[in-house]
Amino acid sequence: MKTDCACGCKKTAVPTQYLECATPIKASTRNTLVLFPGRCTGCGRCREVCPHAVFGEGEGRALLVRPDACMECGACRNNCPAGAITVESGVGCAAAMIIGALRGTEPTCDIPGCCGC
Amino acid sequence: METNTPPLPVPARSVPTSLSPRDRWGHLLARLGFRRRRRVDPGLYAVGLPCTGSPVLVTANYSLSFDAVRRELGGIDAWILVLETFGINVWCAAGKGTFGTDELVRRIETSGLKEVVKHHRLILPQLGAAGVSAHEVRERSGFRVEYGPVRARDLPFYLRTGKASPEMRRVFFTLRDRLILVPVEVTHLLLPTLILGIAAWFLGGWAAAAALVAAVFAGAVIFPILLPWIPTRDFSTKGYILGATAVLPFGIALLAGAGPGSAMPLLRIAASLGLVLALSSMTAFLALNFTGSTTFTSRSAVRREMRLYIPVMAGLLGSGLILLIIQRVL
Repeated sequence: MKTDCACGCKKTAVPTQYLECATPIKASTRNTLVLFPGRCTGCGRCREVCPHAVFGEGEGRALLVRPDACMECGACRNNCPAGAITVESGVGCAAAMIIGALRGTEPTCDIPGCCGC
Repeated sequence: METNTPPLPVPARSVPTSLSPRDRWGHLLARLGFRRRRRVDPGLYAVGLPCTGSPVLVTANYSLSFDAVRRELGGIDAWILVLETFGINVWCAAGKGTFGTDELVRRIETSGLKEVVKHHRLILPQLGAAGVSAHEVRERSGFRVEYGPVRARDLPFYLRTGKASPEMRRVFFTLRDRLILVPVEVTHLLLPTLILGIAAWFLGGWAAAAALVAAVFAGAVIFPILLPWIPTRDFSTKGYILGATAVLPFGIALLAGAGPGSAMPLLRIAASLGLVLALSSMTAFLALNFTGSTTFTSRSAVRREMRLYIPVMAGLLGSGLILLIIQRVL
């Protein structure tokens, strides 16, 4: 369902309840991905780098088409020249988080003999 | 003829595009979990006979990553710029930041890439995007980053057409991808399983020892294979379902009287229950840890699972153990 953005900028609004292009969109409860459509220039870098096809192409801007599929790798945020994406990326490995918690430090992957990844 | 061209800081090494038996042996060892951080020296490499217009492909210095790229370049002239990622593959290094903007800019500098190619294009593996900011690389080095396909085998297509299809830009987690991860997991678990198996034997005889092996096998081997088909969404609950199923026959054996503990029916039930609770928790824990090996679980989802299920696992493991011990000593 496409609707024109209420502010009159002629960009297509994201098919959710948000019509204001400047309103940030957090489309999934399972991750921390947020899109700021007001800043998006439609360059398409997010679509290029996302490994799970989270982003689609709207009119002059990016759309969140599969937000639940986001694994919070941060590639989109890193490569958005307009700063229109925020997401909390970081070590997502359970073992690293457990060891970090036991040591009282941040989750760390620098564990000898660990997955080696 | 120019006579005042500065010499390259480090000459580019020429490498073949075919893998030697030694290379393949190294890959096999790595997949089995031995000497996993095999690496090549960072810097500039050449495949074929590249010139100033040839493409520049960037990769990590993990030998599997490097070999994955060069083996696809048969008949192609190209440069390969290898970043210092300490023997870690592209995706993990990108997540850690070592396959990152700083290292890329640094390696461009130290390799003298500006003197080697006339153009200013770099082709990075798509999974490197998690660590690299393309616009920042451009600002700092003058080189423009393009992201090539996820998988090296699509490189020839990308180099020919300059395009990657949507499928080439997506990461999947096929059965083959999952199976490749199993040997490494198993290698790490062999010794702990042996030790725990002996402990289990003292507690509940052969039934408990076999159940322990079954629980570990279910978590480390069966779980990766059956992952998409096990009910429920969370890895921990999937692990519980699989673990309970695997351990149930042995629980029934304990109920029927196998094992050195008390023969009182109530205590037998306690032992049986304890076994299933404790060991399915073990399978569930192994399953939860498998999230770290997947390509689609998010940090937020893993955190939520840990917060929700680790107390459950600890509690059920503890109470299961207590029940087993009670039945054994009474």
